[in-house]
Amino acid sequence: MRARTLILGACVLLLLAAPPLATWIGQPYYIELLRRVMIFAIAAVSLNLILGYGGLVSFGHAAYLGVGGYSVGILAFYGIHNGWLQWAVAILASALVAFAIGAISVRTRGIYFIMITLAFTQMLYYLGISVEEYGGDDGMRLKVKSQFSGLVDLADPVTFYYLVLVLLLGCMYVVHRVVHSRFGMVIRAAKSNEARSRAIGFSPYPYQLAAFVIAGSMCGLAGALLANHTAYIAPAFMDWTRSGEIMFMVILGGMATAPGPALGAFALLVVEDLLAGWTQHWQVIVGPLLVLCVLFFKRGLAGLLPGGKDG
Amino acid sequence: MNFILLFEQALNGLQFGVMLFLMAAGLTLVFGIMNLVNLAHGSLYMVGAYLTVAAVQWTGSYPLGVLLGLLGTLVVGMLVEVVALRTLYERDHLDQVLATFGLMLFFNELIAILWGRAALYTSLPAYLQGFIEIIPGSIYPVYRALVIGVGLVVGAVLWYVVAKTRLGMLIRAGASNRTMVAALGINIRMLYTVVFGFGAALAGLAGLMAGPIYAVQPGMGELILIQVLVVIVIGGIGSVRGALVGALIVGMVDTLGRAFLKPLLAHFISPPAAEAAGPALASMLIYLLMAVVLAVRPAGLFPAKSS
Repeated sequence: MRARTLILGACVLLLLAAPPLATWIGQPYYIELLRRVMIFAIAAVSLNLILGYGGLVSFGHAAYLGVGGYSVGILAFYGIHNGWLQWAVAILASALVAFAIGAISVRTRGIYFIMITLAFTQMLYYLGISVEEYGGDDGMRLKVKSQFSGLVDLADPVTFYYLVLVLLLGCMYVVHRVVHSRFGMVIRAAKSNEARSRAIGFSPYPYQLAAFVIAGSMCGLAGALLANHTAYIAPAFMDWTRSGEIMFMVILGGMATAPGPALGAFALLVVEDLLAGWTQHWQVIVGPLLVLCVLFFKRGLAGLLPGGKDG
Repeated sequence: MNFILLFEQALNGLQFGVMLFLMAAGLTLVFGIMNLVNLAHGSLYMVGAYLTVAAVQWTGSYPLGVLLGLLGTLVVGMLVEVVALRTLYERDHLDQVLATFGLMLFFNELIAILWGRAALYTSLPAYLQGFIEIIPGSIYPVYRALVIGVGLVVGAVLWYVVAKTRLGMLIRAGASNRTMVAALGINIRMLYTVVFGFGAALAGLAGLMAGPIYAVQPGMGELILIQVLVVIVIGGIGSVRGALVGALIVGMVDTLGRAFLKPLLAHFISPPAAEAAGPALASMLIYLLMAVVLAVRPAGLFPAKSS
C-alpha cells in the first residue's frame, strides 16, 4: 500500500510539474497533449463508475462528450459565453440525456445493454450531423472560450491545464466516495450477484440508473472541457469509435480501480500520439494491440502497481 | 404523395431490408450459437465489397469476380475465427466487444493502406444496368430488383439449411448444448469455424451487392453494422426469424422515413421547420423505433428460446 501511494503521488507531482517543465524544454505541445489526456481521463473515470464498479458495459459513453460539448457550443453560438452557465447546462443536459437513455437501457441486461447504449449514441451522432444550423457534419468553431468572470482564464494554456488537473482529481475523489458509500455498495453488489442483492431487499434498477446518470453528467463536464480544449465541436465527438476508445482506456488501465482509468487514458493517448507521429496508419497497430490487451492483459496497468486491489 | 413513388420507395425499403437481413443473419447466428458479439462483422461486409471490386477488375468478368469475392470473404472470415475469435468464446461480452472493435480498426486501416481512403465506384455489366417495369408506369433498376431476389432466395435457403438439413440440426444442437454435441462425437470447433465462415460469406454478399449502390470505402461497414445491431435488437438476438422481421421493418422505416417524413411534416408544421426537422427525425427514426420496441418487449420481438 505504501509503495502504491508513493507511485501515485509521484504521478500527481509529475502532472503538477509538467507545464513549467514543458515550457523549460521549449515543448509547450506537451501541455496540450497532457491536457487532452486528462480530459479523456475524466471521461474514463466516469465510465469506470458504471463499467468497472457497476458492471454496466456502456458502449455509448461518447454521447455525453457530445452533449457536453454541444451545450457549450450552442450557448456560445447564441452569444452566451458565461462559463458557469455553460458548464452547468452541459452537466445538466448530459444528466438528462443519461436519464433518458438509462431509463430504457438499464432495464436490459448483457448484450442488449451494450447494443442499446451504442445505438442511442449513434442516434445522437446522426442528430448532430443532420442539424445544419450547428454546422452539421463539419461541426462548428467555438470562437470564445467559456468565460469565468475573470476568475479563471481558459485562453491561457497553463491555467486551463491546472483547472483540468483539479477537476480530474476532483472527479476521481467523487467516484471514490460514491463507490465506498452505501449507494456504491449496492451498485457493486448488483454487479457481483444481482439475484442475491435482490434477495436482501435491494432492487438494483434505481441505483444503477442513478449511477448511470452520475457517470453521464461527469462525462458531460469532460465534454465541456473538450470543446474548450479543441475550440471546436463536431459530431465526431460522439463517434462510436470514441466510445470504444474510452472503454479501452478503462480496460487498459484496470477496471474497478481508482487510478486505472487515468493511467489507461494516459497510456492509450500517448501511444496513439507517438504512433501518429510515425505513420498515418497508426490504427493498423492500435487495433491488434487492443486485441492482445484484451486477451492477455486483463488486470490492466493498475494491476502492475504494488499494493492492494483497490486504491 | 403519389402511388408510384410510394411503390418505388417501398421497393427500395425492401431492398435495404434484404441487405440488412443478410448481415443480421450471420451476426445473429454467430451470437446464437457461439455466444459471440462480433463488431468486426461490418469489416467482413467491407472486405466482401473490396475483394469483389478487385476480383472483377482482375478477371474482367462480373460473375467470376462475385464468386471470387464471396470465396475470399469466406476464407478471411474463417481465418479471423481461427486466429483471433476462437479464444473469445469463453470470455464475457465486454472482452468480445473490445477485441472485435480492435479487429475492426485493424481492417479499416488495412483496407485504407491497400486501396486508399478514397471511395471506389464499381461499374456493373451492361445487362444489369437496365430498368424493368414492375407495375405499369413505374420502372425500377434491374440491379436493385436482383438484390431483392437474391436476398429472398438466400433467406429461403438459409431457412432450409437451418431447419431441414443435418448441418442445420448440428447448428441448432450446438446452440442449445455445446458440451452434449461435442460428447456425441461432433467436432464442435470445426462446426463453429464453418458457421462463422458462412456468416462471413453472407456479410460479404451484402457488401458486394452494396458496392454498386453505395460507395465502397474504408469504414463502410460501420454504418451498416450499427443499423444491423438495431435490427437484431428489435428482432431478438439469436433468432433468425427475428432478424428477418427486424430487417424488413428497419429497412422500410428507414427508407420511407427518409423519403416521406419531410413532406409529411410540412402538413403539420411550417415548411422551413419541416425542412430542418425532417432529415434529423428521419435519421433517428430507427433508433426511436428500437426504444419503443424495447420499452414494450425488452428481449425483442422474437426472443431466442435457448439460454
